[in-house]
Amino acid sequence: MSIVWPGVGEQRHASELNALKAGDENAFSALVQRYHGALIRLAMGYVKDHAIAEDVVQETWLTCIRRLDRFEGRSSLKTWIFGIALNIARSRGRRERRMLPFASFFRREPGSSGPTVDPERFGGDGMWKTLPTSWSNMPEERVLGQETMVRVRDAIDVLPPNQREVIVLRDIAGLEASEVCGLLSISPENQRVRLHRARATVRKMLEDYLS
Amino acid sequence: MKCRDVVELMTDYLEGALSEADRARFEDHIAGCDGCRAYLEQLRATRQFAGRLASEPVPESLQGELLNAFRDWRTASGKKSL
Repeated sequence: MSIVWPGVGEQRHASELNALKAGDENAFSALVQRYHGALIRLAMGYVKDHAIAEDVVQETWLTCIRRLDRFEGRSSLKTWIFGIALNIARSRGRRERRMLPFASFFRREPGSSGPTVDPERFGGDGMWKTLPTSWSNMPEERVLGQETMVRVRDAIDVLPPNQREVIVLRDIAGLEASEVCGLLSISPENQRVRLHRARATVRKMLEDYLS
Repeated sequence: MKCRDVVELMTDYLEGALSEADRARFEDHIAGCDGCRAYLEQLRATRQFAGRLASEPVPESLQGELLNAFRDWRTASGKKSL
């Protein structure tokens, strides 16, 4: 299966920051375009309404513009942008939660421990009872279809917040593990646990959908 | 190693966080286990699916407003337009 992975793997130079600081609007538009999907997903975790998520993205970019002259590039441009987005999304989410019924404050985070694969899949010896199947033999139009992407998106949107942040920042925004640890103030181990649980949940949904 | 345990190590493996000894045991297991190999491939594919969500089009109105704000900032800070 050959899938492009647009958010990830790009090592861009300080030249992008310099272009922005010099007022290059094409550089700015390119950034807005490149990170839109990831910023919307990050925001959607907090606000649950697409229109408000767009507000969060807008406020993020306006804040970036305001602070651009003072940004010295000590972190990567990407990390800086997502740090700003995270603060705005969280504070917007806090404001909205005040208007929700009381119980939703204390909802226990589901799936924060225990196995990530249904124990029924394994026999008493701990080996696979029902083998996972390869997705590369499936019709491409099904695997790569729009419906698949909608389901992946929805599955990410309903992950517990601490898992969702990590999978959005790592797999959609394409940040490095160390950058995510810094942004979220978590240990490398914790980052991996959250990423693992998040990917396992999305994988399970895909397996159910594709089989 | 049991498949049940191997699946829980897969992200550590993909992240390069296993010790050398554990990685060797992991790879030995994977080499002989179709199920775990398929599972690992599925996790890699999942990562790629998520990556495709990056390319969501920016609504024109938002793009326009942001571009205006950027131009205003540029004008206010006395930079030449590029």
